[in-house]
Amino acid sequence: MNIDLTVAILMTVAGAATPLLIAALGELVVEKAGVLNLGVEGMMLIGAVTGFAVAYSTGVPTLGAIAALFAGALVSLVFAVLTLSLMANQVATGLALTIFGTGVSALIGAPFVGITTSTLGPLVAFDNPILRLIFGHSPLVYFAIALTVVVWWFLKHSRGGLILRAVGESDDAAHAIGYPVLKIRYLAVLFGGAMAGLAGCYYSLVLTPMWAERLTAGRGWIAIALVVFASWKPGRVLIGAYLFGLVITMELQAKAAGFNMFAPEFLAALPYIATIAVLAVISFARKGGANAPACLGKPFRATA
Amino acid sequence: MMGWQLEPRREASRTASLAAPVIAVVGALVTGAILFTLLGHNGVSAVYEIFVEPVTNAYRWQDLLVKAAPLAIIATGLAIGFRANVWNIGAEGQYILGGLGGTWVALQTLDMEGAWILPAMILMGIIWGAAYAAIPAILKTKLGVNEILSSLMLNYVAIQLLYYLMRAPWKDPMAFGFPQTAMFTSDQTLPMVASGTLVHLGVPIAAAIALTAWGVMTRTIVGFQVRSVGASPKAARFAGFSAASTVWLSLLIGGGLAGLAGIIEASGPFGQMVPQFPTGYGYTAIIVAFLGRLNPLGILAASFVLALTYVGGENAQTAIGLPNAAAGVFQALMLFFLLGVDILSSYRLKRTAPARAKAAAEARSTPASVETARA
Repeated sequence: MNIDLTVAILMTVAGAATPLLIAALGELVVEKAGVLNLGVEGMMLIGAVTGFAVAYSTGVPTLGAIAALFAGALVSLVFAVLTLSLMANQVATGLALTIFGTGVSALIGAPFVGITTSTLGPLVAFDNPILRLIFGHSPLVYFAIALTVVVWWFLKHSRGGLILRAVGESDDAAHAIGYPVLKIRYLAVLFGGAMAGLAGCYYSLVLTPMWAERLTAGRGWIAIALVVFASWKPGRVLIGAYLFGLVITMELQAKAAGFNMFAPEFLAALPYIATIAVLAVISFARKGGANAPACLGKPFRATA
Repeated sequence: MMGWQLEPRREASRTASLAAPVIAVVGALVTGAILFTLLGHNGVSAVYEIFVEPVTNAYRWQDLLVKAAPLAIIATGLAIGFRANVWNIGAEGQYILGGLGGTWVALQTLDMEGAWILPAMILMGIIWGAAYAAIPAILKTKLGVNEILSSLMLNYVAIQLLYYLMRAPWKDPMAFGFPQTAMFTSDQTLPMVASGTLVHLGVPIAAAIALTAWGVMTRTIVGFQVRSVGASPKAARFAGFSAASTVWLSLLIGGGLAGLAGIIEASGPFGQMVPQFPTGYGYTAIIVAFLGRLNPLGILAASFVLALTYVGGENAQTAIGLPNAAAGVFQALMLFFLLGVDILSSYRLKRTAPARAKAAAEARSTPASVETARA
């Protein structure tokens, strides 16, 4: 295998891992605050279509990414109002959010199907494969890795992170000592939405790069599974995302190489089968969802 | 500080509980009209073409019944699980497997005749659907894998399995290269309730299943078990109901009924297996289950409303060029509104002065928190 091919494969892994990593880190913060938002797929689709539409209309992909960030946060606000203020069932509301995002993104995206736009690619092009491997990615690849460190530091070493975890582990106790439980959860959900939106635009502005209905093809669900896989630890989310990036890359490479020992449909199903297998192994090793925030999925109502 | 406060009701309000779906549908229509207008479509005519035109057209009533049948069947099964806090999101995959199971029988019996063939197909559809749902059940009960994620991932796997079977092993060699099976024979096709109509046997089957489920859930010990495990796992365990058996029961019934809906669609409206077989019924049925208040009779009514989004969605596409995705937006809005107004059935809004609020808060205990969905 020559070095150019190796570098190309490694870069594909990073590309496939990045949106999973960004979305999963967002969901991790949401879940650490005690909220289970299953609408990641829907928010990613909204981000993907918004990012594409804005990048296409303005010609500035960076603006597209910023718009995707805000669009993701905006739809997550619907989830926040329903589950936090109105105490609706979080599982059902998350599913509704995914159905909503799928429909609305298809509606917004209808005029953009089949056209291309300028992408959020690498800032500088390198001929040297090693330099390309280190410096030649989309800025979002570096952003995702930096985000891992920031989320880790925030949760582990900052006062805000401590409060957020307290809210997720014991909402009543956090409320009793005077922390604004709902406000913190609102902020966490909005952050998760913004990250999902940004992750979504990675598909429409970097990977594909165009818009098609259901562009994210279930990757939002894999991001949620990654949080479980990672035992709610940012560092492990990074490792998990890159492992899944490897699985997805294997699928793409096998197709490109005309490798026909397996049916293409089997390869397409592989990331989902791998997710189930990994969840099974992890759950077996841990005997259930150990380390999950204690208040995950429970509504909170201030009683005094 | 004067303000509004939510006060828990002693018992869930029946009026509010029945009014919620009506408010949800009306709210979804109004919001949908506004949203579509903002997106550059004619919002009012979108609502008219989707929700009014099909009801005023006798021919479309038949189509409504045909679309409502699979939704009601799947939702009835899902509701049993949802009541027990078992979140089977994999009905779409179980529906596909049900269709494939029946198709497998059909492909073996293409040259045969007999009245036994169709029942055999239906039985195999139920078995394949239930067997597919057994995967998340075994993962949940043996290893503690969250059934939401495992059942949902299996939907994507089922679609790929369908594509694979259509592309190669099950492809009809006479189909000019189209990825589809042979047409089913008359012995393999669901008969019509009345000749000259679109209404097939699946429609009365759906009604019978919902009525049976209603009887089982309200009148038998099994129904009581499911409801008590959902309401309070701890209490149910003291009563000797095992959580594992409830998971199995919920997923096998949910999967079996989704499989039944699958083979009804395959042997009815489709009349063969094609890659376009999955139409999202498995996801829409989740909304049907909630809009029907997880009650089989309510589900029958809700399946009509959601069938409207399918029939009306197609109608709006041809009449005013509204994208197909519009139906999904209305479906999601209904669920949003339902979940949002639901709070009124368990809480009442009260205007409070601070002192009174505090006294009231101290006088009552916190309502039992809703069980977490995560295992």
